[in-house]
Amino acid sequence: MNDTQQRDPLTRAAILVPYAWLIAFFLLPFLIVLKISFSQTTIAQPPYTPLMDVAAGWEGLKEFFAALSAENYATLLSDSLYVWSYLKSLQVATISTIILLLIAYPVAYALARAPRRWQGVLVLLVILPFWTSFLIRVYAWINILQHDGLLNQALIALRIIDVPVTWLATDTAVYLGIVYSYFPFMVLPLFAALEKMNDTLLEAAADLGSPPWRTFFQVTVPLSLPGIAAGSLLCFIPIVGEFVIPDLLGSSSTAMIGQTLWIEFFGNRDWPVASALAVVLLAVLVPPVLIYRRREAGAR
Amino acid sequence: MAARPIVAFDNITKRFGDFTAVDGITLDIFAREFFALLGPSGCGKTTLLRMLAGFEQPDAGRVVLDGEDLAGVPPYRRPVNMMFQSYALFPHMTVAGNVAFGVKQDGLPKAEIAARVDEMLGLVQLRPLAARKPDQLSGGQRQRVALARSLAKRPKVLLLDEPLAALDRKLREETRFELKELQRRLETTFVIVTHDQDEAMTVADRIAVMNGGNLVQVGTPAAVYERPNSRWVAGFLGDVNLIEGQVTEVYPSFVTFMNGALRLRLPDHDIAPGAAAVALRPEKIGIAHEMPQDMAENGAAGIVTDIGYLGTMSVYKVKIDSGLVLKAAVMNAQRQSAQTIHVNERVWLSWAPDAGVLLGE
Repeated sequence: MNDTQQRDPLTRAAILVPYAWLIAFFLLPFLIVLKISFSQTTIAQPPYTPLMDVAAGWEGLKEFFAALSAENYATLLSDSLYVWSYLKSLQVATISTIILLLIAYPVAYALARAPRRWQGVLVLLVILPFWTSFLIRVYAWINILQHDGLLNQALIALRIIDVPVTWLATDTAVYLGIVYSYFPFMVLPLFAALEKMNDTLLEAAADLGSPPWRTFFQVTVPLSLPGIAAGSLLCFIPIVGEFVIPDLLGSSSTAMIGQTLWIEFFGNRDWPVASALAVVLLAVLVPPVLIYRRREAGAR
Repeated sequence: MAARPIVAFDNITKRFGDFTAVDGITLDIFAREFFALLGPSGCGKTTLLRMLAGFEQPDAGRVVLDGEDLAGVPPYRRPVNMMFQSYALFPHMTVAGNVAFGVKQDGLPKAEIAARVDEMLGLVQLRPLAARKPDQLSGGQRQRVALARSLAKRPKVLLLDEPLAALDRKLREETRFELKELQRRLETTFVIVTHDQDEAMTVADRIAVMNGGNLVQVGTPAAVYERPNSRWVAGFLGDVNLIEGQVTEVYPSFVTFMNGALRLRLPDHDIAPGAAAVALRPEKIGIAHEMPQDMAENGAAGIVTDIGYLGTMSVYKVKIDSGLVLKAAVMNAQRQSAQTIHVNERVWLSWAPDAGVLLGE
């Protein structure tokens, strides 16, 4: 009870640091974005109204709140472009996360079963791509996927295809890029969960009459659920807001929400609508995080 | 026992790299027996058990269960179940879920599974905790869940790998008797692996003493304890005075044995004169101030050099006149203050003619 009062000032200050950080670099910017999303666009600097006139005092404050409008949110709902953009993002993120899970699980499983002395090296190999800039790696995919790129050359050399296939500017390219880029984020949490697992549990399951494949679904998968949840969340959320990969590898006809946001900000200079897009995106992404947090707390 | 064994190890050998864990063991275990594999760590007892469960494959020899050669039969098709030393309870399942796991694999109807789980939980008195997760249980409760889970499929043989090692001493001693009582009630064959000789002696009908991948002696607890067949068994099971010496004379009804000036007369006869040893249990040696009347050649006089007070008994170290030090253990039937033998006093040690066991080379 008296614990908090007995902490010395230095300890208390140390606790304040992360809060101060979150307030200065997350909460305040978010409030500004939230405020802009309720404003109207104007040809000015900055390009939105209303501005708060602190000098006008109480009257100015009343005027400021009166001028706020939810019009931008109405626009988001009425224009199917935005709705499709969200749906597209959620679709890409969902499918990518499932593909990632299917590919990363066996890899993580193999890593966890590998001899101890190899594990360090193998994990290092998984995170090795981080040594190269993310942007450069995505550009490399352009080289691989372009008309006379490595992939087409290889497929033609192997006589799998006769004429080059168009890879770039397709959804396939976007999925390839995303799955490639996010792979370590899925493998590592899964590896962490599977590595902790006690082999004796698998023996116990076998002893009680469960063949290996059934043991996998009855014991291994349930016990790795925290890893599955962490990996999925770690991939799903950034993929929804992904901008670089669809912009460089995808087609303009299927814009994800990140691209739409960029167009509103920099193409149309419509900061209020762009801000509203960002706020809605956040609102879409918060529930899964909260559900995950609650499940985590419940498990403990 | 002319009956067909339920488990037969037939010349089993198992190597891990250069290390021979089990070295050509042949052993029969009979139905409804409580059988203990006893030995120090690394003696191969757990490996032998794991070959019966199917987790290890023998390099040579056969494991036969109820007439069926188990070669190539995977663990999940063997009608034996194992209780693991670490219990290996599934942490994501409730107590009831853990106990039900094995029966569920057989695809029994739901009602039957529920009935079996209830029966097993009743057997180990865990019904009120059926909905708990393993991490919400005490060590003793987890041990009982593991036991119920391994019994739920009604295995032909129940394998217990150091089942009580993780319990604290008092609980362990109580549980030994419960285990024995359970085995009698279920009439199932139990095979227990343990390094604890008290545990093996308490629960088992027969004990196989193992060392270095070999069987050293197989027999009832009393036989193994009272008539050890080697210095190693005598020393491994309980405390012993091992007196090295020579068999000097062999008569039809007794032999004489010399260790320096100490001369013993033993009722053995199947032994040739030569080097041998006598194993004499400390609790079979009596200690007194006066020379006993009927001592004959089974006793010696000496000086008490040390007394170890252990609560239930006291151990006296006595340096007898031949120079040899013998240990005598006496139950403390009286309060410690009433005891009359003290350090540096001269005492007489004596034992029954058949107390010592003669061990050849």
